[in-house]
Order: sequence, then C-alpha cells, then structure tokens
Amino acid sequence: MMTVTRYKICRTVQVLTLMLSLTGCAITRSNAVKEEPPWHSISEFRDQRYAEVADPWEGFNRGMYRFNFYFDKFVFLPVVSSYEFVTPDFVEERISGIFNNLGEVRNLTNSMFQLKGVESATTLGRFLTNSTLGLGGMFDPATKFGMARHNQDFGKTLGYWGASSGPYLVLPIFGPSSLRDTGGIAVDSGISYGLYSAIDPFGNSSNAMALDAGVTALGGVDARHQQSFRYYESGYPFEYNMVRFIYHEQREIEIGKPRIEEVE
Amino acid sequence: MFMRLLLIASLVLSSLPAFAADDDYGYPIPGSFEATILGTPPALMQEFPEKMRVRQLVLDVIPGRYKPPVFFYDEGLRCTFAYQKQKAPLVFLIAGAGASDQSAKLWSMMQGLYKAGFHVITLPSPTHANFIISASKSGVPGELTEDAADLYHAMEVAWKEVQGEIEVSSFHLGGYSLGAAQSAFVAKLDEERHVFDFRKVLMINPPVSLYSSVTRIEDLLKQIPGGPKKQGIFFNKMLSKFSAFYRAGNFVAINDDFLYAIYSEQLFSQPETAGLIGLTYRINLAGMIFASDVMTNGGYVVPKNKVLRSTDSLTDYFLVSTHLSFFEYFNEYFYPYFAQRRPGLTKEAFIRSLSLKSIEGYLKTSPKFGVMANENDFILTKPELEYLRQLFGERIKVYPRGGHLGNLEYKDNMAYMVNFFKE
Repeated sequence: MMTVTRYKICRTVQVLTLMLSLTGCAITRSNAVKEEPPWHSISEFRDQRYAEVADPWEGFNRGMYRFNFYFDKFVFLPVVSSYEFVTPDFVEERISGIFNNLGEVRNLTNSMFQLKGVESATTLGRFLTNSTLGLGGMFDPATKFGMARHNQDFGKTLGYWGASSGPYLVLPIFGPSSLRDTGGIAVDSGISYGLYSAIDPFGNSSNAMALDAGVTALGGVDARHQQSFRYYESGYPFEYNMVRFIYHEQREIEIGKPRIEEVE
Repeated sequence: MFMRLLLIASLVLSSLPAFAADDDYGYPIPGSFEATILGTPPALMQEFPEKMRVRQLVLDVIPGRYKPPVFFYDEGLRCTFAYQKQKAPLVFLIAGAGASDQSAKLWSMMQGLYKAGFHVITLPSPTHANFIISASKSGVPGELTEDAADLYHAMEVAWKEVQGEIEVSSFHLGGYSLGAAQSAFVAKLDEERHVFDFRKVLMINPPVSLYSSVTRIEDLLKQIPGGPKKQGIFFNKMLSKFSAFYRAGNFVAINDDFLYAIYSEQLFSQPETAGLIGLTYRINLAGMIFASDVMTNGGYVVPKNKVLRSTDSLTDYFLVSTHLSFFEYFNEYFYPYFAQRRPGLTKEAFIRSLSLKSIEGYLKTSPKFGVMANENDFILTKPELEYLRQLFGERIKVYPRGGHLGNLEYKDNMAYMVNFFKE
C-alpha cells in the first residue's frame, strides 16, 4: 500500500516536472525569434469598429468554445448520431414536437412577464391546441391555424424591461450566451423545475428518478439534434467573431432594442 | 411554410410581367445585385433527393504539415463525397472564392448530379482557409497554375481514399465562379498527367481575368459614402436600418419572411445593396488573407514570428484584414511573393497569367468544355462576355439574367448542368 502511494506521488511529481519543462520549452521557443510589427495594423484604422460585442472574458470564452468543440466531437454528437441512427425520422419529429410543445410553457410565462397580451393568447392557444389535437405536441396543427410560434425566454424578458446584455459568455455545452441570458436560463429552468415538481408526472412510479433523468437526457439530445450548428465547421478563421456578433445582434433585434447609433 | 410560399409567389409575380413577354426563361429576378443576393426562390428549384449516401472526407493532403495552434481545429482538407451503389461517372466540383466544400451552391449541384446518378466529390475553394491550411503547398492562393496543381493533388488523394468503395465509369469536372476558372487550369494539367482524363468540364459563371473581375467587385465598395475605408460606419448604419425595420414590422423572428420583406419593400437602395455585396466579399477575403499570412509567417497583418494561440483574440486582425482592398493585398503581398520566386516577372505579365486568356489556345480547341454564363453577371464586362462567346462558340450557354450565380439553383439551369455531363 505504502509503495503504491509513494509510486503515485513520484509519478505525479514526474508528470508535473515534465509538463513544466515542456511549457518552459514552448515559452523559450516562442521568445527565441523576435516578433516584428506587421505591415498593416489596427493603428492605421480610421473608421468605426464594427461587428463588435463586449467580450471582456474572451480568453475564457474562446477556451469554452474550444471545449464545446471537443465535447461535441467526442461525446455529444456521437450520442446524437446514434440516436438518429436508431430512431426513425418520423419518431424523431414527434419527439422534437413534444419537447417544443413543453417549451411553450416558457414562451407563455415570458410573454406574460412582458405583458404581451396578444402574443400570450396566441402561445396559450398553441399550447392548448397542440397538446390536445396535436396529441401532446407530436403534431403542430396550431401553426396551420395561423398561430405562429413566438420564442421567448427570461433573457428576452430582462432585455425587454431594459437590462443590457452584459458581457458575452460562452457556456459549456449550451454555447453562445451573455451574462443576462445566462441568468435567464437559470430562471427559466427554475420555473420549469418548479412546475415539473408540482405536477410530478412520474411520482407514482418506483423508478421516478431514473425516468426524470431519462427525460432530461432525451431533451438534451433532442435539442442538439434540432440544432445544426457545428463548432468550427465554417472553417472561417474569424468564425468565433461572427458567431458572437450574430448571436448578440439577433437577440437584441428580436428583443426590439434600438441600436446605440439610432439613439444618438 | 404557407406564408413563405405566399411571399415567394408575390415576389415572383411582381417581377414577372416585365419579363414574361421578352423571353421564355423563367428565372424571375431581373436585377443583377438582387439576383446575386437572393438566389433562387425555393419554389423554382428542382426537387432534390430526400436521402443521399453522403459523407465528409477529411484528407491528409500534405503529410507532416505544420499547423499553427490557432488553427488547431483544422484536421485536414474537408471534401464531401456522395456515392451511388452502382457503377457511375464521378464529378469533381470546385467551390467559388472563399467557399467551403459544403457551400449551399455546391450542395445543390451535388444533389442535382446525385439524383441523376453521378458520384460527386466537392472541394473547397483554394482561397478557403481550410484549403490554405491543409492543401496549399505555398500557402498563398490565387495563382491559377499553382492552385490547379494543389487541386489536382487533392483530387488524387480524395480519389485514393474512396477508390475501393465505388465503381467509376469516367471522370468529370466542374466549378463555379473562381472555381470555374480553376477547373480550366486543372483540366489543362490533366492533359499532361492523365490521372483522370476528364471527359467533360463545366465552367459556371467564370471570370475571364481574375484581376478585372475583382476590380469590378471592389468598385461596388466605392458606392459607400466616404469610400471603402469607411465600411465600418456603413456596416453599422445598415445594421441599424435592419434593426429598425424589424421593430417597425410585425415580425416573429429573423427568418425568411423577414428577409423577403426586406427585398420586397426595398429597404436597401441600389448603392447600398452594391455596398453590402462588396462588404460580404471583403469579409470573405479577410479570411483568406489572415490564413495565408499565418501559414507563411508573412508579417502582413499578424506580427512576424508571433505564435497565436487558440484563446487569443482575433478581433483586431479581423478589422484590419477586412479593411484591406484586393489591390493592397495584390501589390503588397501577393505579387511580391511570386516576383521574388520568379525573377523578371512584371506585374502586367503576372496579371495576364491570371486569366483564361493565358490558356485560350487550349480552351478554344478542346471539345470537353462547356460554359454557363449570365448576360448581367457583374463580374464580367461586356467585352469579356463577348470574348467568352467568341472563344467557346457553341459550347457556351448565356442566360438573359441571374446576376452572379443567382440562377445557379434554378431548375432549368440545373437541368442544363446535368444534361451537359450526361451527353
């Protein structure tokens, strides 16, 4: 036992030393050749900056972006592909429908928080129609009846009442977000957790825990299945910037906020 | 879906009357810029196969290639491969400037050909970062002969990879825009190398001279108030307009309905539309400049010897690279690179070499070529289009409209393309 522990400590020290020496190497090597200023630099720039988003935690965010790329590659997407492989398209669409219909609860609470009467009525109508005629959301007759889906969440509600987006934030697994929208996700999950516990659909089952976990996992897989975005797929060197800009701008526009330039 | 159809229908109807009479070509969008931006309304596309046997190839084209940490995600050249069960001809397709192997246009061409029973392999443009990082020997794309050599090599590697899985009866080649010009040079190289012996080569909306065509695109940016160096102000202004339009209308989300509304209510004026096309092109070009500069350690926009890491901010490089005109890039980076390697190369001679004219003898006589062009393609001057007509005679099909690539996915065009390879 003793020896094993000692061996382990030795190993750890060894690995650490090796790692340190490697980093040392990397640093010396990059410093060995002197950097020279480029032909064109930002100093000659006499124009407005554009496609920009406040991103003080860019180093962290880029690290997370990279983490998500690997998480997708080694964990998430293989699971999603197996799911897609074993599940017929028809069933996949019904499952997506069920989860999207449950999402109407979030849309409804938030359009109510924003005091949007017509929109709330539409969303409620959608939820009732699709839950009944649409067999629990498996089908979407509401859209055919002219009730369009309005995606809402608590991040948008905060924005609607004037909260600014705050810094850009890339969340693990969830992906692009902002400080405000992250808070929104927390509140929305809190609300659905509360509703879920109150209704307690698997309360009578002896495997309630396992069923709950299964439903949550299926929801995650379905969400990734519905989302076609793949990290670094564009191959464009400034993809991070573009994704950040488009995420931010689309949120702000859909919340209905005037841009700073317009206010001035 | 219904709303979308309605909008497309109104779009089509509103522009039809002016044109229904004077020809029997059904592509609806008359303006060159509008067609370029909007492409083909989905209702006017051909029907595509629901399921394709398709997968992405990731190829190690240059073994042992050093990839800087900032491009850690680049694992090899990405090509898309669609394959039939039975023996069939294989078509290689080359993307337009800055486009990847899965650009929407390539994807449509691939679907059209797949449906008609072809195997297809698509390649990214040599100007796309993925190609620069993984498949360009020099790391400096745009020289047609060298691009052709890189492309040819990539095709050989791709073919080797899939050779065991499919039966091929003959090889074909096609490309759009810059990819069309490159196809001509690849075909010429194939006459010496004979790896594929391409039976047919299709060029869709090719430029004649790269320099001249890029000049035409750069000219679009002159329509921005204050000129191209004020594109940031222009961008922010256009974005505000976009945002205000959204707020004023009763839109549910930024989706196709919203985008068609922008077109049908003419939110952007003609010069603004031109400016937006020019800006898109600049943003595209920036990716090429940056990737090339990093790969060659050229010290052009990134400090020489700087090792960028995966977590470093690239925002300033983005802003600098998008503000560079093609002429700056050409005079300061591109031409000097080749002048250094080919003593005595004048700028004029270099520009002449970047043109179909430099291989016109071959193009004039080879029966394997076909060309699809548009009367109002803004990357061509009138004399250039006339030149293509003279050069290709019966082998060229010129459509009355479609802008640059706007009608590529229109069903008649797709049918023409498929027939060309079938003959």
